[in-house]
Amino acid sequence: MKQSNFKAWLYLLPAVLFLGVFMVYPLVEVVIYSFEEGYNSASQTVFGVGGYNYSYVLHDPYFLQAVRNTFIIVIITVPVSTGLALLISVGLSSVKPLRELYQTVYFLPYVTNTLAVGLVFMILFKKTAYTDGMVNLLINFFGGESVDFIEGPYWAKMFVMCFYTVWVVLPFKILVLTSALASVDRTYYNAARVDGTSKLRIFTRITLPMISPMIFYLIITGFIGAFKAYSDEVALFGVNLNAAGMNTIVGYVYDMLYGNGGGYPSFASAAALILFAIVLTITCINLLVSRKSAR
Amino acid sequence: MKVKLEHLTKRFPNRNRKIKAEVVAVDDFNFEIPDGRLVGLLGPSGCGKSTTLNLISGLEKPTEGKIFFGDEDVTNLPPENRGVGLVFQNYALYPHLTVLQNILFPLQNLKGEARPTKAQMLEKAAEAAKLVQIDELMDRRPSELSGGQQQRVAIARALVKTPRILLLDEPLSNLDARLRLQTREEIRRIQRETGVTTIFVTHDQEEAMSISDLIVVMKNGVIQQTGKPQEVYDEPVNLFVATFLGTPPINVFEGKISGGRLYIGEDAVMNMDGAPEGEVWAAIRPEGFVLSENGPFNCALRRVEVMGRDTSVVAAHPGSTAEQLRAIISAENRVDTSSERVRFAIKPNKLFIFDRETEERIPFRAL
Repeated sequence: MKQSNFKAWLYLLPAVLFLGVFMVYPLVEVVIYSFEEGYNSASQTVFGVGGYNYSYVLHDPYFLQAVRNTFIIVIITVPVSTGLALLISVGLSSVKPLRELYQTVYFLPYVTNTLAVGLVFMILFKKTAYTDGMVNLLINFFGGESVDFIEGPYWAKMFVMCFYTVWVVLPFKILVLTSALASVDRTYYNAARVDGTSKLRIFTRITLPMISPMIFYLIITGFIGAFKAYSDEVALFGVNLNAAGMNTIVGYVYDMLYGNGGGYPSFASAAALILFAIVLTITCINLLVSRKSAR
Repeated sequence: MKVKLEHLTKRFPNRNRKIKAEVVAVDDFNFEIPDGRLVGLLGPSGCGKSTTLNLISGLEKPTEGKIFFGDEDVTNLPPENRGVGLVFQNYALYPHLTVLQNILFPLQNLKGEARPTKAQMLEKAAEAAKLVQIDELMDRRPSELSGGQQQRVAIARALVKTPRILLLDEPLSNLDARLRLQTREEIRRIQRETGVTTIFVTHDQEEAMSISDLIVVMKNGVIQQTGKPQEVYDEPVNLFVATFLGTPPINVFEGKISGGRLYIGEDAVMNMDGAPEGEVWAAIRPEGFVLSENGPFNCALRRVEVMGRDTSVVAAHPGSTAEQLRAIISAENRVDTSSERVRFAIKPNKLFIFDRETEERIPFRAL
């Protein structure tokens, strides 16, 4: 018994070591930082221990702006991207000719660099002295007025942001859903056909329940991913997100650490833990809902 | 409802795209199934019996030929308009629905005037569940049922919309041996009670023989023989049908007819009339052997297996195509196990001879 326990720990050692050093220890440190008031990284000194960092962050208008932006992105992009991905994958699995070509095309954004994609979006949406950008040309063509999507009003920037996020997360979801759709046993469809089930009913009563675990997986990971949004914002609006009013929670954490006003690991840690609390709550709710509907 | 198949043919393109020739799954079927009968489509795997079932259900379109239900030509009707109930080999019960919801599913698909009210639906579902004796399990999920219970649910789901034809694809193959015996009786009973014309597919000859009114023996997409099970067993038209039906299987020997006598090896087994001279296949059912001290059929005795009701004598004969032959004799006969030889006489009605080339049955009269 002793012997085998020792062996088990020996096998676990590499994983335990790496996870401990690079995950558990930093996590614990973050929690400690977040409660240390007035931490100075140069002198390694603190004034005291308490909740001041949280209070500061929660009263910081930049943080509140970041929370608002993050929530808007999450609430819009997760349902829209999952719904769109479902539509596209159902479409993909019902076409026969050139299916592989379409699948490749839809998957391309996934393997494309975020910043390169951001550049393309700039060309599409940015208004410069020389041109109003592709999208504005279209708007003008239909008789609308040019909008500055990158440096203009908040709703326009948010629109580009959401559009971009949806477009970026779509391929992975399509990939997952097409394989989920393909894994549904054909005999269920045959059974439904013999029983005269309409296409819509087959989709809602058979296909959807069959792939619902995958849909819930995508929603949960989608929420988590969207809450952690940062690089996409940088790709579109540059590093000074606070000035653009497009910062996200992760962006705020980064700014607190390394940004212009950086060097505040305590505030960054507090903000990160607040984000953690939000994501944990939402994920728990998601799991509860998915378990209920599975029953 | 009577079912008539006319020149029914189904060809598939070859899986290997380089081969141009098509695969003929069902070849020029002509067959009529009388109303209210239980018919077994029987054949080895890959002989096209499931394809035939799919053609009748409408899941596959025939390449040529026609299908009639009664007098109605249903060849071009989609499956939902044919009024067939189909039980799949793996049952295809919807795993996320309860037994009741599964049974209700076909009824909820009905539209317009055909759609019963909710109360009527529940009543019909309860009726179907009662028929297959699963009325206690209505709130369970398929995953909480045994294989036999799932099978019953699948049959109830197929029957609930009162189909014109009930089709069963290998209904017993996923059950263990004991359940199989029980379930085949069940299928027989359900078919009798509802009177619905039922076609089922199986590769198990015992299954087909035991419950069918009629059997259709198939090989490579071609109907070999149709008829009542006993008739087909007693009068097989060719060597394939003779070897496919019966457990233990029929014993096949290389035989020769010379001077009005059938020789198997050196033994002159039987005097006969009406069969042409020359080499033939001689096939003897296991129950066609009679222990006889002076019998013409002289075998090397391998072993004797006593199985209560009867005794199985395993022996070897130089003319046999298999390594050993098996004779079933009544347990009252004692075999001298110390002896190395055993001699049999052959019952003429259990002996068949077949052409060596075409393997067609050659009629003869024993003298």
